[in-house]
Amino acid sequence: MIEIDNLVVRFGPIAAVKGVSFTVDEGASFGIVGESGSGKSTVLRALSGLNPNWTGGMRIAGQALTPKRSRDFHRRVQMVFQDPYGSLHPRQTVDRALSEPLLVHGMDDIDRRIRQGLAEVALPLSARFRYPHQLSGGQRQRVAIARALMCEPEVLLLDEPTSALDVSVQAEVLNLLADLQARRRLTYVMVSHNLAVIAHLCPMIGVMQQGEMVEMLTAEALRRGETSHPHTSDLRRLSEELG
Amino acid sequence: MLVDIQNLTIAFPTAHGLSQAVRGVSLSLGAEKLGIVGESGSGKSLTARALLRLLPPAARVTADRLRFDEIDILKASERDMRRIRGRRAGLILQDPKYALNPIMTAGQQIAEAWANHRRASRSEAREAAIDLLAQVQIRDPRRVAGLYPHEVSGGMGQRVMIAMMLAPDPELLIADEPTSALDATVQAEILRLMEDLVSRRGMGLILISHDLPLVSHFCDRVMVMYAGQVMETLQAGELPHATHPYTRGLLDCLPSLSTPKTRLPVMTRDPAWLS
Repeated sequence: MIEIDNLVVRFGPIAAVKGVSFTVDEGASFGIVGESGSGKSTVLRALSGLNPNWTGGMRIAGQALTPKRSRDFHRRVQMVFQDPYGSLHPRQTVDRALSEPLLVHGMDDIDRRIRQGLAEVALPLSARFRYPHQLSGGQRQRVAIARALMCEPEVLLLDEPTSALDVSVQAEVLNLLADLQARRRLTYVMVSHNLAVIAHLCPMIGVMQQGEMVEMLTAEALRRGETSHPHTSDLRRLSEELG
Repeated sequence: MLVDIQNLTIAFPTAHGLSQAVRGVSLSLGAEKLGIVGESGSGKSLTARALLRLLPPAARVTADRLRFDEIDILKASERDMRRIRGRRAGLILQDPKYALNPIMTAGQQIAEAWANHRRASRSEAREAAIDLLAQVQIRDPRRVAGLYPHEVSGGMGQRVMIAMMLAPDPELLIADEPTSALDATVQAEILRLMEDLVSRRGMGLILISHDLPLVSHFCDRVMVMYAGQVMETLQAGELPHATHPYTRGLLDCLPSLSTPKTRLPVMTRDPAWLS
C-alpha cells in the first residue's frame, strides 16, 4: 500500500531525513520510534504532502507521489496530529469540523455521515454542536479521528496521537484505533516516542536516529530484546526501566 | 514539618454554583520526595499551587491547616508570600518554551533569580549563574549562559529552569510535570538530576505527574489523586502491589513492552471512590 524508497527531506542545507526506505502492506500498521529531532515526524509530513521539499520515491497504492498532490490523494490519505486542541479550529463546532472535508470533496448525505462518524468514534450525538473547548482532551482526539475518517480514507498517518492524553484516555483511543483498523481495513503509519505504545499497535517498527532509520524489526523481536542496533537497545532499556 | 496541609478544599464559582476542584486533601512533607499522581483535572496541580498561593483569583480556598514551615499561607500577607515564592520554595513548570523569558539569555535569567534574594554585584551574579549551570550538568556553561531560550533544546531549557529555581537555595522544590514535554531519554536524565540535587541539598520535593511508574522511580512516597480527592498514599516501592482499584486501573491501562495485551483494559470509575 505504501512504498517509501530512499526518502530525503531537507531543510535548507540540513538533511532531516537521510534516505529512509520502508513498505507497509494494505491493512497493516507500521510504527516509527525515535527521539525528538530524529526525523520521524518529518517522514510523515513528507508522506502526507505537508512538506514538498523531498527527493526519493514514495508510492501509495502503486501510484508515484509528486510534491504536488491530487485532490483524490488528500481524500485517501488523512493525518491525525498530537495535540487535538491545536488541530481543531477553536471557533468551529464539531459539526463544522466534520462537514468541512465532505464539502471539500463534494460528498453527499452530510447529515447521515456526521451522525455515523460520531457514532463510530463513540461520541454522543450531543457533542455535534459543541466547540472544542467544551470537550475533554480524549473527546477532542476522537473528533480529530472522526474528521480524518469522514471521507473514507485508506491510509491514516498518526503523529503521536496519544501522547497529549491521560493514560486512561490513551488506552481508550488505542483500542478505538485498533477497532477502526479491523473494521475498515485501514493502513496505519504511526509515529511515537513511546516504545510500548508503538509495539502495542504496530507489528512492524522502524527506529530512527538523526534522520536515518537505523533498524527495522518486528514488535515481537523488540519485546524479546532481539535488537541489533545499540540505539534500539538503549530505547528499549529505558522503556523497561521507567515502565 | 516543611509542609502541613489539612483538609484543603479549592472551589471555583460557575454558572451552576461552586465547582469543587479539590475536596479535603491532607498531606504533610518533610525533607523527602513526594509524588502526586492523577489524571488531568484530578486537582494535583491546584493542591501544590495553593501552597504558594498561585491560584487563579476566582479560586475559593479553605483549609483546616495550610502551612509552609509553620507559616500560615491562608493568613500570610503578599509580602510574606514573596519571601516564600522562589526564595524558599521553587516551582518548576512543564514547558521551558513557555516558562522562560524569551528575550533574556539563560545566564541573565539565572543571575536575576540569584541576585533577587541577595545583595551582590552583577559580576558575582553572572559567575553564580555559570556555576549553577555547571551544577545542572551543562557541559559548556559559559556558552549556554549566553544563549536565548529558543536556541536551546527542551532538555537544556529544563536544566536552565532547574538552575534558576536552585539559585536562591530553596528548602522545597515543586515540579509540575517537569518532564512531560521531553523525550524518554532526556526525561530520565532530568529526573535523576533533580533527585540527586534534592537529596544532596536536603530539600523537600513535590513531583506532580500523570505518569505513575515514572514517579515511583524517583519518589519516596506517592499520593494518588482522583477528582479532587486522595485515593491512597503509598510507599513508592509498594506501587506494584497497590490495591486501590483506581491506582490499579492507572497501572493496568498502560501498554507494556514485556507483557503484550491484545486489548487495553479501560478504567471503570466507581462513584463509591468519592466519599
